[in-house]
Amino acid sequence: MTPLLTILTVVPAVAAVIALFAGNRAAVARGIAFLSALISLALSLEVWFGVRGGQMKFIERWDWIPSLGIEYHLGVDGLGALMLLLSAIVSLMAIAASRKVAKQPGLYFALILLLESGLFGTFSALNFFHWFLFWELSLIPAFFLIKLWGGERAGPAATQFFVYTMVGSVALLLAFMALFVATGSMDFETLSHMAATGELATAIQGHLGSVSMWLALAVLLGFAVKVPMMPFHTWLPATYSKAPTPVTMLLTGAMSKMGVYGLLRLALPIFGHQLAQIRTPLLILATLTVVAGAWAAVVQRDLKRVFAYSSINHLGYCLLAIFAAALPAGPQTAANLSQTIALDGAVLQMFNHGLTAAAIFWFLTLLEERSGGRLQIDGFGGLRKPAPVFCGLMGIALFSSLGLPGLNGFVGEFLIFRGAFPLSWLSATISVLGLLITAAVILTVIQRVFTGPLPDRWKTFPDLTTGERLALAPALTLMFVLGLMPQLLLGTINATMMHLLGGWRF
Amino acid sequence: MIAFASNPVNYSNLFAITLPETILEVVSLLVLIVDLAWLRRSSQAVRMAWACALGVLGCAASAAWLAAHPSLSALDGNILVATPLVAAAQIGILVLSALVLVLSFKAEFSRNPGEFSAIVLLATTGMLLVAAARDLQVIFVALELLSLSLYVLTAFAKRSAQSAEAALKYYLFGGMSAALMLFGFSYLYGLTGTTSLEGIAASLAAQPLSPLLIVAFVLVSAGLGFKVAAVPFHLWAPDTYQGAPAPVTALIASGSKVASFAVLVALTSAIIPPDAHLHAASWAVLLLWMAAGSIILGNLAALVQTSVRRLLAYSAIAHAGYMLLGIAANTPQSGAAVLYYALTYALTTVGAFGVIGIVERSAGTDRMDAFAGLSRRNPLLAATMFLFLLSLAGIPPLVGFWAKFNLFVAVLRAGTLGMSGLILVAVAIAASAVSLYYYLQVMKRMYVFAPVRHEPVPISFIELATLALIALAVFALGIFPAALSNWIPLG
Amino acid sequence: MLAYTIYLSFAGALLLAVLPKRLHAVARVIALLVALCGLAVALAGFISAGTQGPVAVANLPWIPAMGIHYTLEADGISRVLVLLTGLAAVAGILFSWNIGDKTDDRANEFFAFFLALIGGVYGVFLSVDLFLLFVFYEIAIVPKYFLIAIWGSTRREYGAMKLALYSFAGSAMVLIGLLTAYAVVGGQTGNYSMNLHTLAQYHFSTSFQMWAFPLVFTGFAILAGMWPFHTWAPTGHVAAPTAASMLLAGVVMKLGAYGCLRVAMTVFPHGLDPWGFSFLGIDSWRTVFGLFAVIGIVYGATVALVQNDFKFVIGYSSVSHMGLVLLGLLTLTQIGIDGAVLQMFSHGILAGLLFATVGRIVYERTHTRDLALLNKLQLSKAMPFAAWLFVIAGMASMGLPGFSGFVAEVQVLIGAWEAFPWFAAIAGLGIVIGVAYTWRAMQRVFFSDHPAVTADGTPVPIPEYEPVTWAEKAGVILLAGTSLLIGVYPRLLLDVIAPAVQALPHALLTGGRQ
Repeated sequence: MTPLLTILTVVPAVAAVIALFAGNRAAVARGIAFLSALISLALSLEVWFGVRGGQMKFIERWDWIPSLGIEYHLGVDGLGALMLLLSAIVSLMAIAASRKVAKQPGLYFALILLLESGLFGTFSALNFFHWFLFWELSLIPAFFLIKLWGGERAGPAATQFFVYTMVGSVALLLAFMALFVATGSMDFETLSHMAATGELATAIQGHLGSVSMWLALAVLLGFAVKVPMMPFHTWLPATYSKAPTPVTMLLTGAMSKMGVYGLLRLALPIFGHQLAQIRTPLLILATLTVVAGAWAAVVQRDLKRVFAYSSINHLGYCLLAIFAAALPAGPQTAANLSQTIALDGAVLQMFNHGLTAAAIFWFLTLLEERSGGRLQIDGFGGLRKPAPVFCGLMGIALFSSLGLPGLNGFVGEFLIFRGAFPLSWLSATISVLGLLITAAVILTVIQRVFTGPLPDRWKTFPDLTTGERLALAPALTLMFVLGLMPQLLLGTINATMMHLLGGWRF
Repeated sequence: MIAFASNPVNYSNLFAITLPETILEVVSLLVLIVDLAWLRRSSQAVRMAWACALGVLGCAASAAWLAAHPSLSALDGNILVATPLVAAAQIGILVLSALVLVLSFKAEFSRNPGEFSAIVLLATTGMLLVAAARDLQVIFVALELLSLSLYVLTAFAKRSAQSAEAALKYYLFGGMSAALMLFGFSYLYGLTGTTSLEGIAASLAAQPLSPLLIVAFVLVSAGLGFKVAAVPFHLWAPDTYQGAPAPVTALIASGSKVASFAVLVALTSAIIPPDAHLHAASWAVLLLWMAAGSIILGNLAALVQTSVRRLLAYSAIAHAGYMLLGIAANTPQSGAAVLYYALTYALTTVGAFGVIGIVERSAGTDRMDAFAGLSRRNPLLAATMFLFLLSLAGIPPLVGFWAKFNLFVAVLRAGTLGMSGLILVAVAIAASAVSLYYYLQVMKRMYVFAPVRHEPVPISFIELATLALIALAVFALGIFPAALSNWIPLG
Repeated sequence: MLAYTIYLSFAGALLLAVLPKRLHAVARVIALLVALCGLAVALAGFISAGTQGPVAVANLPWIPAMGIHYTLEADGISRVLVLLTGLAAVAGILFSWNIGDKTDDRANEFFAFFLALIGGVYGVFLSVDLFLLFVFYEIAIVPKYFLIAIWGSTRREYGAMKLALYSFAGSAMVLIGLLTAYAVVGGQTGNYSMNLHTLAQYHFSTSFQMWAFPLVFTGFAILAGMWPFHTWAPTGHVAAPTAASMLLAGVVMKLGAYGCLRVAMTVFPHGLDPWGFSFLGIDSWRTVFGLFAVIGIVYGATVALVQNDFKFVIGYSSVSHMGLVLLGLLTLTQIGIDGAVLQMFSHGILAGLLFATVGRIVYERTHTRDLALLNKLQLSKAMPFAAWLFVIAGMASMGLPGFSGFVAEVQVLIGAWEAFPWFAAIAGLGIVIGVAYTWRAMQRVFFSDHPAVTADGTPVPIPEYEPVTWAEKAGVILLAGTSLLIGVYPRLLLDVIAPAVQALPHALLTGGRQ
């Protein structure tokens, strides 16, 4: 059996090294990156279509450091495969959007490819060491991409990004080391199984005392910073706005999903019981993330910051679904269905938001190129007239973000609310506010940027070129397709989540 | 009881036992005669060369005889003994004196080379007798022979006021301590009725400790402490080491130390027989205090010296302290260890003063800065000094480390000193660590500092070869310390 | 066969000492050849021994009357550390390639002292007779002094003397402990011996071990840079020339930790037992030294965070990392000690890499180590090789997974968690601070936000520096490659270390408890 997942992870890394040698020849570097991204897309599609039902597929398992319980264990189910696919798509979009790299293009594309490799590694890992390795490794290219190609004052933003995430990572590391001390294993499936049968609690109690809740909180911290969940979000707006926009595509499209994925793959299975115990505070925070994220987007003046906060809001829905599903154990057969629906929604939302947000930031890149770097919301107006295609296509992406039925953004949010409402009606109700506020934000953006009086300087605003239209078409088409036929994804997702939920105990 | 009146002296026995000394005395006369008769008109250098060469031959002959006739005999009444250990000490002394003579043959401090060599040989004779003596009177006479010769030698650089001053200090101090020692000997005789060490041992074992005995111990320790430059009888050492001509200092620091330690070992084993306790305590306590004082004062004072000679003088005091510690332990192993230490220390010191003599000749001063940049002017010379200093500091793989290790092991194994022994060993090791600082000062000058003058220091082939040989011996003995164990048993 | 590492090094040192001065350019070639041979021997010995137990290397009577023999043996831990020495030696020489360009560089002496130091270090790692171990340990002190005093930089004489005296004081403490043990064993059994196994098997009385252990442990720990006896380390490392710093921080400090494990903990294991009473929560020497180790970790990291001299940052970081090694040793668990030995190897490589970057690549060209001044030089554009090298080395030193430091730190922390949970938490904090100071240094030196501007505001053009030499590249590839290899596949070393740790006296691995 071919080690497809290993190949998938290694191909971008190898391409990164090749791209480094391209040095200053931008076209060559971009070409290499593009080619590699296409290959990765093909491979991830093969993985996706190879995953049916909810079982782990493409499993690779070798001994690595037995004394530490570390194995080279890879495998994907529907959740993992979907994330791989998302990463491949978003990376391709980011590379396509990186037309004007200011300096050292070889290094730039090498870093992007390394980041892609890191994403693939994280989403296919089933042993903590491997997972953590790629989690940490993806930070480095991201940091340098922000620092070296970002705007002025990108340095502090990059550092803040790195430091915040590192703190969370350290918390994760300590928690998993404690788990190893207690159980002798670092394998996700083993730990999840132990948690379900209650062995884990006994083991922790026996070796370490009553620290289960602390471990759960540590793990939660790690992911809360990454998603981000309020109040650990403060790094995000600065980072997203200062980073070069194609990099922001990657950050919001794929990297932020690492956090949510982590909650689904690690936190819920292993610490489900503990999370269920603190469900209420978590729900409050999730709701806060949704509402405050949307509200903060309202007052932003810079378009990138608007959509940065909007990302926080969209991922808040995933958090809502996840924490709502962490219902304390008891006779609740009816709730089981809602849990599945909510988690289905969360997973789908991850994919859809990734796609949509990447597209939006792509448009922002194009806007930025045309406006000479300025992205103030008030700096535009009436662009409908000189650039109707631009506005039309960007409008599609914006409406998807808003959650218009018929586009992909709607389905995920619908499922989340459908599932979360029975589980926690209060949080769900308050979170609806988020929907309304987001609608207001998006419409405001459309109004300010596309409609209204057209300033003189934008009279010659160039519309999308043919090349750009062709490049954007696939993403936009996908938004429609997934909006109208979500079952393309939902079949596998649902099977996976049902299988996973069956193995979890809260 | 005074017994010799009724026993006729066995002259053949006396002659046999003292043959090495006799050879030396004959050669010393020969040197004088040769110098007077044939070399009157020759140049200074030739005369010195002849005198030293003859002296070396004499030492060699004497050593050869000793090596070829290992014997275990004693003069009547055990006045003089000839055991393998004594023979080892004597051979060592002869080698040391020979080396000193070789290293002095280019010296220019004296216009009386014949006399110089002769007196060196006389001093060596005194050393040999001291090492073999086992009777208080013989000890005294031999020590006086040695001391008087050394006083004269110290003053030999007639053009140097420092030399004369050093000799005077040495003589006054030495004379006084000799007097004190004789006084102490007389008390010992009075309390035990005999001057032979064996008799004293038997007699002391049967007596209780009396205040008079303690006084005797203190007085005796004054004399011997002076000879080995132990605190508090060390005050002559820095000035003498600094004022005397380099070969003479080498002799004082090497051969006379070996002899004095040999006699101290013998004296101690007489005063502290294996099963004595009361007497044991006081003499051993005296030795321990002297040892502690020497170790601490010697190392501390050396830290601030700027003259290499004074630095080595204070370091000599410290080394005397280590050896006194070994003597206080009073077992056969510790005695052998002390002798090993004394011989190897003396060898290293001869080498060190040889280098100092050469450097002084060209720089005119013994300050440390004279050594600046020596490693670039004369790499081989600097390398030998490097080895000597490291050996003195006790750094492996040189013999100095081994000697210290052996000595401390012997002290701990002996166990006779109990807790104070352990504490003093710890102090000694700590002090050795401190000593690295001042030895490094000289090494730093040689290797790190830039030279003031860039031309090489003039040195003759024989001197360089001799120093290299000594350095090689220091190194080789460090790696194969057991090479000496035919003569000096280890362990 | 492994003994040839020692012999080759000393032979090389001797050859270089007598080499004529005009052949100064050849000196470095000879030194490199000798070091490469040493590395080859070390590697061959490592591979051929595989994961088996102790490999006898030499056993000759030396001074039988005293029970002292020339016995060399290499168990897993020794083989790993010998390999480290080989790597560090080759790298050190590569990074000193510019010495020997000019006559008054005194290249012959430099490489002679360097090889003598290496020979002594090989000897310590291979000796099983404690007298012999001590001899090699002391032999290593004098070359260190001269390497720093002659070719060093900031306050070199002071730094060299401090280092030499501290090392010597530490070894004096060790000697006292060893001598007493030797006398006790010989006196009680009649069989005088300095062999490690003989001494380890003898049951010294608990009261004896209670003072002998801390004495000998402290003596060695001084050289390992344990707080509060660490002050020689930053001064010494900064004063030393690059190759010497690489060796000092990379290998010589490991001598101290090795001595702690091999001598203090093996011969006097019950010195680690609880005293029976407790004072402010401290109930045994194990806790005392564990506390010192942890303080060292945090203190070293915190002080590194506020340094303005680039080399001092790395110097203090060495203190911090060695604290982690000592903590690992004191956990008395298989995994903790495994981690400590692996960290010795990993930090040895990484310290070499870091000092090489700071000293050789940056300082040689910019002639400054001040962070504020370097900040203005836009080094990420002027010296991209150095910038990326420091990024990689810094990440590795921080404990990034994928490099050797991560596995080692994880193992130490897991062991510490079992043994002293509070210390583990504080150590974790130290690691976080480690991230901070590495980050700060990297940012300030290479990725400046404020390039220098001339008086009228125009940016100063990026200076042209010498290109990276082949020797520097080779050294970097050697060290960075090794760290990466071990990071990805640590079993290469762990499989060798673990059996050796398992073979340590039983008392050690039961957590000091009976």
